[in-house]
Amino acid sequence: MIVFYLDRGSGVSTYLQLVHQVKHALRLGLLRPGDQLPTAKEVVTQLAINPNTVLKAYRELERDGLAEGRPGQGTFIRRSLGEASASDRARLSEELSAWVNAARRARLDQEDIEALFASALNASFRRETA
Amino acid sequence: MKDVHQLSSAPRRESTSGQAPNALEATGLSKQYRKAWALRNASFAVPAGRVAALVGPNGSGKTTLLNMVVGLLSPTSGEVRVFGETVRQDAEVLSRVAFLAQDKPLYDSFTVAEMLKFGRVMNPRWDDEMARRRLDELGIPLKRNVSRLSGGQQTQVGLTVAVAKRPHLLVLDEPLADLDPVARHEVTTSLMAAVAETAMTVLLSSHVVPDLVDTCDWLVVLNGGRVQVSGDIDDLLASHRMVVGPADGAETVAGRLPVAARSTSGRQATLLLRGPASLPDPRWTERPVRLEDLVLTYLRDPDASALPAPSLIRAH
Repeated sequence: MIVFYLDRGSGVSTYLQLVHQVKHALRLGLLRPGDQLPTAKEVVTQLAINPNTVLKAYRELERDGLAEGRPGQGTFIRRSLGEASASDRARLSEELSAWVNAARRARLDQEDIEALFASALNASFRRETA
Repeated sequence: MKDVHQLSSAPRRESTSGQAPNALEATGLSKQYRKAWALRNASFAVPAGRVAALVGPNGSGKTTLLNMVVGLLSPTSGEVRVFGETVRQDAEVLSRVAFLAQDKPLYDSFTVAEMLKFGRVMNPRWDDEMARRRLDELGIPLKRNVSRLSGGQQTQVGLTVAVAKRPHLLVLDEPLADLDPVARHEVTTSLMAAVAETAMTVLLSSHVVPDLVDTCDWLVVLNGGRVQVSGDIDDLLASHRMVVGPADGAETVAGRLPVAARSTSGRQATLLLRGPASLPDPRWTERPVRLEDLVLTYLRDPDASALPAPSLIRAH
């Protein structure tokens, strides 16, 4: 089970810190679908924080489809993050290498390539959230 | 342990929309002692399920307000409602409210066990099993005389007696005052655990703002007998921005952007702005708003206020 910690000087609100820690654990495979998240009371006892803060974090995870509340049981992980299959990862990595080589042949340097990639990434995600 | 928060499917935050009844509503609440107004025309609401902080300097009217909420004082004008019912000397309304006064109301000659027995006799909905379990977890011996407990333990006994009444609204006057840092942490943890178990609404007063970060989710700021701020803490923090810049440029900024409160110190001005806005010149820098900044900036500027529309206060 995940153990939360708080960075009280970070300026990031407490509920968002909890959300980020769950997402991070999902990306690293420390939390998997079916795992139970600590109950509000368990988190409260450990961190001395308001239980509504824990519930707000869990609702945010539910809205993202990452967790689900089961009445009378608790909150459970529904799906993981960063779970592209190994073969997909390998194929994408190969395609990206080929693209980087093509960019270098066109006389782009490292910073040019990074800027181009970042801008494509931003444009793509902005379209999704717009 | 049963965890009420996990069982209830209805998100409790939705109560701000006015669908669920407010745990507490004050409308035009005033209290006059001889010539002086201790509280003047206070109107605010606390939605059910919240842990609300009542903050203000000493003498701002906090204790007067709390005493009216629990029916120990009657208002000069206006009214307080607890879960929709007007607070009077009404046993039914008052049985849903527990109060822990600042001078821990324990009987010094009693043992802890006798305090529990007293609570059991006085309160029809008394949860003796829970009271004993809490004290056991805290390592407070039942046979010990109350006068021989430490300050932190006395607060824990007072809190246990209050929580064992199974109140819907728990009111605490400066529960952390005169406790050392370890005891403060223990009392806070035990209060938060009780909230998680029971889903009760809490209203607690304090003049130490950093103690409230992470424990309270609703803020009521009282200043000179008037309510200056009332609202969800995350919403308040998200809707304000703190900017620091030269005092001689403050008027220009204030003319263009919505200033909630301001303070000046020498050549430097600090402005609390409402809503997003771009800063006019590079001498101004933005800082994240902390709860303490928000409270202090409003307190220093008594004419400023951040209150919900009147319709929210009387929602339902």
